Amino acid sequence: MAKTLFRWLFVPLLLIAAGIVISVYTVNNPTDSLVARALTYDSILKSLREHLWLMLVSMIGAIVVGVLVGIMLSRPKLYYLGRGVENVVNVGQTIPSLAILALFFTIIGLGFRVAVFALFLYSILPILRNTFAGIINVPDSIIESARGMGMSPFRILTLIELPLAFPIIVAGIRTAIVINVGAATLATFIAAGGLGELIVIGLSLRRDMIVLTGASLAALTAIILDYLIGQVEAKVVKWV
Amino acid sequence: MIKIENVTKKFPGMEIPAVKDLNLEIKEGDICVLVGPSGCGKTTTMKMINRIHEPTSGSIYIDGQDALKMNPIKLRLDIGYVIQEIGLFPHMTIEENVATVPNEKKWPKEKTKKKVAEMLTLVGLDPELHGKRYPSELSGGQRQRVGVARAMATDPPIMLMDEPFGAVDPITRAKLQNEFLRIQERVGKTIVFVTHDIDEAIKMGDTIAVMRDGELVQHASPNDLLSAPADEFVSSLVGRNRSIKRLHLIRIREILSDLDRPKPAKVDTSVDDIRKQLDESDIRSVMVVDRDNKLKGIIGINDLKKKTGEQAADYIQELDQSVTSDATLNDALSVMLECGEGYVAVVNEDDQYQGTITLGDLLNVVKEDE
Ligand SMILES: Nc1ncnc2c1ncn2[C@@H]1O[C@H](COP(=O)(O)OP(=O)(O)OP(=O)(O)O)[C@@H](O)[C@H]1O
Ligand SMILES: [Mg+2]
Repeated sequence: MAKTLFRWLFVPLLLIAAGIVISVYTVNNPTDSLVARALTYDSILKSLREHLWLMLVSMIGAIVVGVLVGIMLSRPKLYYLGRGVENVVNVGQTIPSLAILALFFTIIGLGFRVAVFALFLYSILPILRNTFAGIINVPDSIIESARGMGMSPFRILTLIELPLAFPIIVAGIRTAIVINVGAATLATFIAAGGLGELIVIGLSLRRDMIVLTGASLAALTAIILDYLIGQVEAKVVKWV
Repeated sequence: MIKIENVTKKFPGMEIPAVKDLNLEIKEGDICVLVGPSGCGKTTTMKMINRIHEPTSGSIYIDGQDALKMNPIKLRLDIGYVIQEIGLFPHMTIEENVATVPNEKKWPKEKTKKKVAEMLTLVGLDPELHGKRYPSELSGGQRQRVGVARAMATDPPIMLMDEPFGAVDPITRAKLQNEFLRIQERVGKTIVFVTHDIDEAIKMGDTIAVMRDGELVQHASPNDLLSAPADEFVSSLVGRNRSIKRLHLIRIREILSDLDRPKPAKVDTSVDDIRKQLDESDIRSVMVVDRDNKLKGIIGINDLKKKTGEQAADYIQELDQSVTSDATLNDALSVMLECGEGYVAVVNEDDQYQGTITLGDLLNVVKEDE
C-alpha cells in the first residue's frame, strides 16, 4: 500500500519540485531587468494556471466525448459510418495545430473559450479513433462466445469490449496529451494566455531564460500527466 | 431433446443456402456429432440452435418449445457453448472466465466460487494453481479444458461444441476426448458436437449426422454408419479400413476382463519365481507392481540375463506410456505404434495396474468384425 502510494506520488512530486526549483531560480537570478519584469511569481503562476485550465478542460471534454462517440460508432449499425469517420479523423490530424487556431480565430474570434474549443477538437481525434479501433479489433470469437453464453450487448460492451480496448484507448489519450501540450502553448496567439505567453514574450525580447522557463514548465506538466495516466493503465491492465 | 425441422439458412448476399431444408432430431442425453467436409454447414447448423444465426425458414424445438420464439438471452443461458477458437476472455483470470454464466445468472458469490473450483477440478485443472492465471499463461490443451469448464459451469442440459478439441496434438486430444466421455457418462447432457474428423465422430457420437453442401446425408449410430453407409459420399468419408475404425468404438475395459493374462509380479518377488513364471508360459515379459498395485514397469526375459540381483525391483524397465481402461482400442494402438512395442499396460486413474493389451488382442477384435 505504502509502496503504491510512493510510486504514484514520487515521480510527480519530483517533477513538481523541479518546476519549483526552475521558477525560484529564474525569479531570483534574472539576467537583466527585462527578464526580472517578465518573470515574477505572479506572472509564472498566472500563466501556469491558464495553461493547466486550457489543458484540463479540453482534455476532459475530449476524453468524455471521444470515448462516447467512439463507442457509438463501433456499434454494428453504425460500423460503416465509423469507418468513414475514422478516415476523416486521420485527415483531420494532418492539419497543423497553428492552422486550426488560425481557422478558429477567423471564424469565432479570440479568447480562452475559443482556445479550449480548438484544443478539444484537436485532442478528440486520437481518442475517438483509438476507442473505435480498440473496440472493433476485439476478436470476433471473443464477442461470439460472450454472446453465445447469454451476455447482453450492454454487458458485452462494459465487461468485454471496453476492458479489452482499454490499453488502446489509453494510448490515444496519451497521444492527445502530447498534441494538447504542444497546441496549448500556441493558445497565446489568440489571447488565451498559458505558458505559451512566456515563450512568446521571451522570443520577442530575445531573452532565452524566459523562453526556457515557459517551455520547461509546459514540458513538465505534460510529463506528469502522462506518467499518471501510465500508472492508471498499469494498475488496470494486468493480463497482457 | 432438440428437434430441427425443415431449417434453411441463407446468408445475405450468398447465392446458395449454407443449410438446406435440414431435419434432425437429437434425443435427450445423446451426443450427436455433425460431421462433413469444410463449408458443409456444420457450424451454421449448430449456431442456429442458440440463435447466433437465425434460420431463414423452418423451426427449432427444444424440449417441445419453439426456440425461435424464446428470448435469445434466456435461451443461451441454458445452453453450454464451446466454439472452435475457444474464445476465452484474455483480460479475465481462469476463475473469472469459468464464472461467466453464473455471474450472468446472478448466482451468489459463494455458490459461484464453489462451483468454479468444482468445474476446474472436473476438467483436470487445479483451482489453486491455475485459477488465478490468465488464459495467455495456459497451454492450448489447458485452454480447451477451461472452455469446456466454462460452458458447463451452470449445468446446462444442452451443450453445443464446435471442434472443442481441434487445436491440440493427437495424444492430448485423445486424452481430452476420453476425459470428456467420462464426464458425460456422469452428467448425461444432450450434446451437439461438430467435427470434421470422422474418427473423432465415431469415437464421441451416440449418433452421427453426416452433412454435405448444407444437406443431411445420413443420421445413424456409428456402428450403422460403418456397416451401412447411405451412399458413395458417406462410404468415402468413413474410408476403406472400416474394421480398423471400429477400434474407435470399443473401450479397453470392454475386452480387458475377457483376456487371460498372467498376474503381475510384485517389486519384492524373487528373481527365481519370475524366471519360473516366464519359463512355464509362452510370454516373454511380466509387468511389475508395488504394494499398492501401482505400475512400476516391466521385466523381459532378456533383462533377467543381462542384470544381476535378487528381487524383481533390480530388473525393472520403466514404461514410457500406459493407457486408462476407458481409452479406446484405437488409443491403445496409437500408443503401441508410438512406443514401437506390441503391448501396452492399462492402469486406472491412480496408476494402478489393470491389465495388458497386446497387438494380438486388437487383431482378434478386428477379425471378429469381418
Ligand atoms: N456469417 C456468414 N456470412 C456469410 N456466409 C457465411 C457465414 N458463416 C458461414 N457462411 C458460409 O456458409 C457455409 C457453411 O459454413 P459453416 O461455417 O457452417 O461450415 P462448416 O461446415 O462449419 O465448415 P468448417 O469445417 O470449415 O468449420 C460456407 O460456405 C460459409 O462460407
Ligand atoms: Mg465450422
